[in-house]
Amino acid sequence: MYEGSRGSVLEDVPSAVAVSKRRRSPQLVWLIPIIAALIGGWLAVKTILEKGPTITITFKTAEGLEAGKTKIKYKNIDIGDVRSIGFTEDLQRVVVTVEVHKGVERHLVEDTRFWIAKPRIAGGQVSGIGTLFSGSYIEMDPGKSSVPRREFEGLEVAPFVTGDVAGRQFILQGKDLGSHEAGTPILFRRLAVGKVASQELKQDGSGVTLKIFVESPYDRFVTANTRFWDVSGIDISADASGLKVNTEGLFSILLGGIAFEAPADSAALPEADADTVFPIFPDREAALKQPDRETLMFTMYFDESLRGLTVGSPVEVNSVTLGEVKGIKVEFDDQRKQFLFPVDVALYPGRMRAMMRQAAAEPTPAEQKARLDALITSGLRAQLKTGSLLTGQMYISMNFFPKASPAKIDWTKNPPVFPTEPGTLVELQATLMNISKKIESMPLQQIGENLRVALQSLNRTLMGMEQAVKRMDKDVAPAAKAALEDARRLLGTADKTLASDAPLQQDLRNSLRDLSKAAQSLRQLTELLERQPESLIQGKKETKR
Amino acid sequence: MSDSDLTASQLGLCTCHGCGGLSELLPGVHEMRCRRCGAALHLRKPNSIARTWAFLIASYIMYVPANVLPIMKTGSLFGSQSDTIMSGVAYLWHSGSWHLALVVFIASVVVPLAKMLCLSFLAISVQLGWTERALERTKLYRVLEFVGPWSMLDVFVVTILVALVQLKSLATIQPGPAAAAFGAVVVLTMFAAMAFDPRLLWEPKEAHHV
Repeated sequence: MYEGSRGSVLEDVPSAVAVSKRRRSPQLVWLIPIIAALIGGWLAVKTILEKGPTITITFKTAEGLEAGKTKIKYKNIDIGDVRSIGFTEDLQRVVVTVEVHKGVERHLVEDTRFWIAKPRIAGGQVSGIGTLFSGSYIEMDPGKSSVPRREFEGLEVAPFVTGDVAGRQFILQGKDLGSHEAGTPILFRRLAVGKVASQELKQDGSGVTLKIFVESPYDRFVTANTRFWDVSGIDISADASGLKVNTEGLFSILLGGIAFEAPADSAALPEADADTVFPIFPDREAALKQPDRETLMFTMYFDESLRGLTVGSPVEVNSVTLGEVKGIKVEFDDQRKQFLFPVDVALYPGRMRAMMRQAAAEPTPAEQKARLDALITSGLRAQLKTGSLLTGQMYISMNFFPKASPAKIDWTKNPPVFPTEPGTLVELQATLMNISKKIESMPLQQIGENLRVALQSLNRTLMGMEQAVKRMDKDVAPAAKAALEDARRLLGTADKTLASDAPLQQDLRNSLRDLSKAAQSLRQLTELLERQPESLIQGKKETKR
Repeated sequence: MSDSDLTASQLGLCTCHGCGGLSELLPGVHEMRCRRCGAALHLRKPNSIARTWAFLIASYIMYVPANVLPIMKTGSLFGSQSDTIMSGVAYLWHSGSWHLALVVFIASVVVPLAKMLCLSFLAISVQLGWTERALERTKLYRVLEFVGPWSMLDVFVVTILVALVQLKSLATIQPGPAAAAFGAVVVLTMFAAMAFDPRLLWEPKEAHHV
């Protein structure tokens, strides 16, 4: 077929030229799939290598989270994505599966924390505004532990203290939370230097433990004997020394706060270690009170009402506080069949010693007893006194009563019984009683009788006087009236005589006019005599023409 | 084979791919050049099936990252996100524009895959020496050649978006690694289609020349 067709149809087709050189290897084209495979393999390896671990975080709610879209961020840099969101088996919480980036792996440790960033206004600060636009994201605070962890429990609210802030954490223990919560500022000289990081109830429920965080460099002001106290809002207290209003500024009125300060005489103490436990005091005064390590306990029995005396009421000597009331109890005295009200009092001998200016030598207990005994012998007694009439607060005053009946400290009891003296109120009562007794014993009836007699005689005298007055009225008055009429007539005449048109006046005026004329003539005469004194002898000259 | 199916090779003739000049083949010689322009002469595209397979395999490989890796990274004020082709389709589907989702799905996922599968089928059919339904298979090949460039739709969209949306912090779009892979898939399938010689569809296995 091939041979035959050629000759008949296409005679003048040029024949091809034979080439002897070897052709390139056709296998070169296989490089393309190999390169593609290499690229694909590299991409795959890269993806696998870059793929970080997958962790799960549980939250109460997945509000604002979206699988495939929500990011995990640390310092606002993406470090992972939410892959899926599901429920725990009991439907109590949501489980967020997160794929984090490669480098973050080693920060996923025991104490790493996660929370959903949301806009928040708290502690005087606004945060997370960005999430209003960008939607929520999960934020991470890397932990410091070295134990790796892959399953986390997310925090419901953002922690106030994150691991990237330098500073130290301390632990405060108080009776109750007050108005503190996480985020409450820690104030040092009214400067916010830290925050309450968390609060929790003690295991046995006997108080609360606050973890606070003081930022560097202020944490160095927290020394071993630093005192922390509550500056929650406004503290209004009324005690034996009157009404007090304490606040640490407007900021803390709104937010509350915890302030700290070291007592003035303890400047050179070393800084406190992190996680040192401090007690929290209710106010500054209590916090900075001189620590009274040494206490002497006494019991005092008072006969009067203890209303107004509370635990914490001061024991004073001349208005200097030496101790305080620690407890008020009730006892029943079987022998005397009556109630007794022992007041437990703590005295701080350190303060007493300071007052006695004998701080140098620490007295032995025996010496102390002896000294106290001596004081009692010279009349030292405890007495209840009213501190403030307004609030009715009482305090215990220690005073010397030289006239007091002799007493002794009963050292056999525990605590020893300190002799007391009836209080001022009781004294007042006694005095009043005395007065009323005296009043009672007065011969009041007799005095009344005498008084009545005296009054009767006085009455009589007064009646006599009245009669005398009446008599005078009757006898003297008419005569006086006549005299007055005469006087009036006389005055009338005088009036008439002195009127301008009265004859007497007329005459007087005429005679005065004459007198004036006479005076004129006399003047002319004098002038003439002055000019012509000879006229007196020669007569008046004729006037020259 | 009927007379109407007469081919140049049966007559011992060959057209030059370079100048179109007809040459008479020298019997027994394998390597020949055109007398007029000097281009190498072949009756069929040389190594057509092998080259087709090479490109096809390469495009199969690139098809995987093209669909698995993100094709586009969108950054805006509201955070950033990267989308794969399928996540984009899913997003469009869930947001209600199912027709758009369908368009993207067909243009970006179905068509390239169908193209590769069809080409594989054609190559296999040639290797097995099928001669039945040669006309249908040739039509299929023509469709493949025609559709080829249209698969670049996705790549075009991404490149245009990347060029247009560069508003600094407000919004930026960047191509992901899948864009390159996807482009490679499209280009490689086009090469594969070009490497394939449809004339082979008409010849039994034994008749393959050169």
